[in-house]
Amino acid sequence: MLFAAFTVWPVLQSLFMSFTDTKEKDLRTPFAVNFIGLGNYARALGDPTFVKAAANTAYFVVVGVPLTLAVALLAAVALDKGITRLRAVYRLGFYTPVITSIVAVAVVWRFILQPDSGLANTVLGWFGIQGPNWLGEVQWAMPSLILMATWRNFGTGMIIFLAGLQSVPPSLQEAAAIDGANAWQRFWNITFPLLRPTLLFVSVTTAIGYLQFFEEPFVMTSGGPLNSTISLSMYTYNQFGYGNYGLAAAMSYLIFVVIAVVTALQFRLLRENT
Amino acid sequence: MLRSRTRYGRWWVYLVLTVALVLVITPFVWMVLGSFKTEGEIQRVPPTWWPETATLDNYTQLFARLNFATYFTNSVVVAVAVTAGNLLFCSMLGYALAMLEFPGKRALLLVVLGTLMIPGVVTFVPLFVIVANAGLIDSLPGLILPFLVTPFGVFLMRQFISGLPPDLLDAGRVDGAGELGIFGRIILPLCGPALATLGILTFLSSWNNFLWPLVVAQTESHYTLPVALALYSTGQNNTQYGLLLAGACVVVLPLLVVFLLFQRHFVEGIATTGIK
Repeated sequence: MLFAAFTVWPVLQSLFMSFTDTKEKDLRTPFAVNFIGLGNYARALGDPTFVKAAANTAYFVVVGVPLTLAVALLAAVALDKGITRLRAVYRLGFYTPVITSIVAVAVVWRFILQPDSGLANTVLGWFGIQGPNWLGEVQWAMPSLILMATWRNFGTGMIIFLAGLQSVPPSLQEAAAIDGANAWQRFWNITFPLLRPTLLFVSVTTAIGYLQFFEEPFVMTSGGPLNSTISLSMYTYNQFGYGNYGLAAAMSYLIFVVIAVVTALQFRLLRENT
Repeated sequence: MLRSRTRYGRWWVYLVLTVALVLVITPFVWMVLGSFKTEGEIQRVPPTWWPETATLDNYTQLFARLNFATYFTNSVVVAVAVTAGNLLFCSMLGYALAMLEFPGKRALLLVVLGTLMIPGVVTFVPLFVIVANAGLIDSLPGLILPFLVTPFGVFLMRQFISGLPPDLLDAGRVDGAGELGIFGRIILPLCGPALATLGILTFLSSWNNFLWPLVVAQTESHYTLPVALALYSTGQNNTQYGLLLAGACVVVLPLLVVFLLFQRHFVEGIATTGIK
């Protein structure tokens, strides 16, 4: 036991050091209250750019999360049920974007989405479509970022869905097939309900990640055009950069509250339907 | 019926998956090919696919003129230190939480689980204040220390070690091994798969980490690769696109190699830890 205490103690200490930030923040709020009360929160909520950033983040999450989940699930089902060979190759290929640095990926996508010399519009041009100035137009900038985020993140969901699919007992499928259920009915009535915990997990982690999206607008658009892609995290970072630590801290709490609420909401929605 | 249906469905599933795979991989191929193009060729309309005159200029400039060697070294040092720290500390703490009895164990476990759920944004500002007070802003230790132990790693190791038979401990004690001996000689060697997963995940996230080094590394000599690339690409003098693409290659390719080497452990690790 004593040995254990000595072994554990330095670890505890470093753990404590690395965790005190979470404790410190609890100390920080009363600290702020003493001086300006909820002033920072009021200031954040009254700031039109912050509201704009919140709306952008909501757009990103509301469109991006379902899209990412759908693509991930589709890929997982195709790999699990549709094919028998080369599974590892596809899996590896689809997963590759996940491990790459968002910064590097964002730099590359900026080229691909360039209006004239970019790959995307060149390919669209082959089909006679005049592609837009993806990152330069207010209505296209956010969809471009969502597309890129989906491309980068669906691999994680796919891997987890694959593991979930493999835990669905094949005997259930066969029984349903004998009862005359077609592939779609089997998926919808058997696989999908059994996959619900996995779905919950993937949608919660994806939403938490997307609610904090930062690198994409930072590198690709700097939040523009006309603040149409500025995100909550990015605006918080900007305020931090201006030295408004208190305000930035208040903003990060607001993001945290939103994350907590969204997570709780997802738990309710996906649990209740069972 | 089931069988004929899947066989019927097979070819178009392969087709769709292959098209998807091409779409997913193309940006990387484009990046690598672009990094060998001359500046004029990159900006040409319509764009070329294969570089007409392949050149290494972008890479030589990157390392000779732009200090990418320094950034690369910084990235490696930080990632290796953070990974080593996590492997050691997370497994020790995971061991304590899984196998040993000590006062406050439940509370400690709750703290670990609690912090696991708190997103990085929240701890960002207070963490910065702590590191600033410690005088570690703009130094490599400032980039390393906050990440030496992560709640995720502790939890991962605890879950794994909980699955090991507790008899091992008693066997070790009977043989007269101390706690350190039991940990080092009995527990650690059995943790191979968990350590591999933790190591790769930590290395990846450290290598790709952006926000923290962006704030903490304030002079160029302390930049990590993503910070340097991002600042260079958003800077005013970013006319040299070939350099940017070559820079992106330098950030992405080493990891890609590591990933391809260890991908088995990795993908399985994601699936198992993800479900837990």
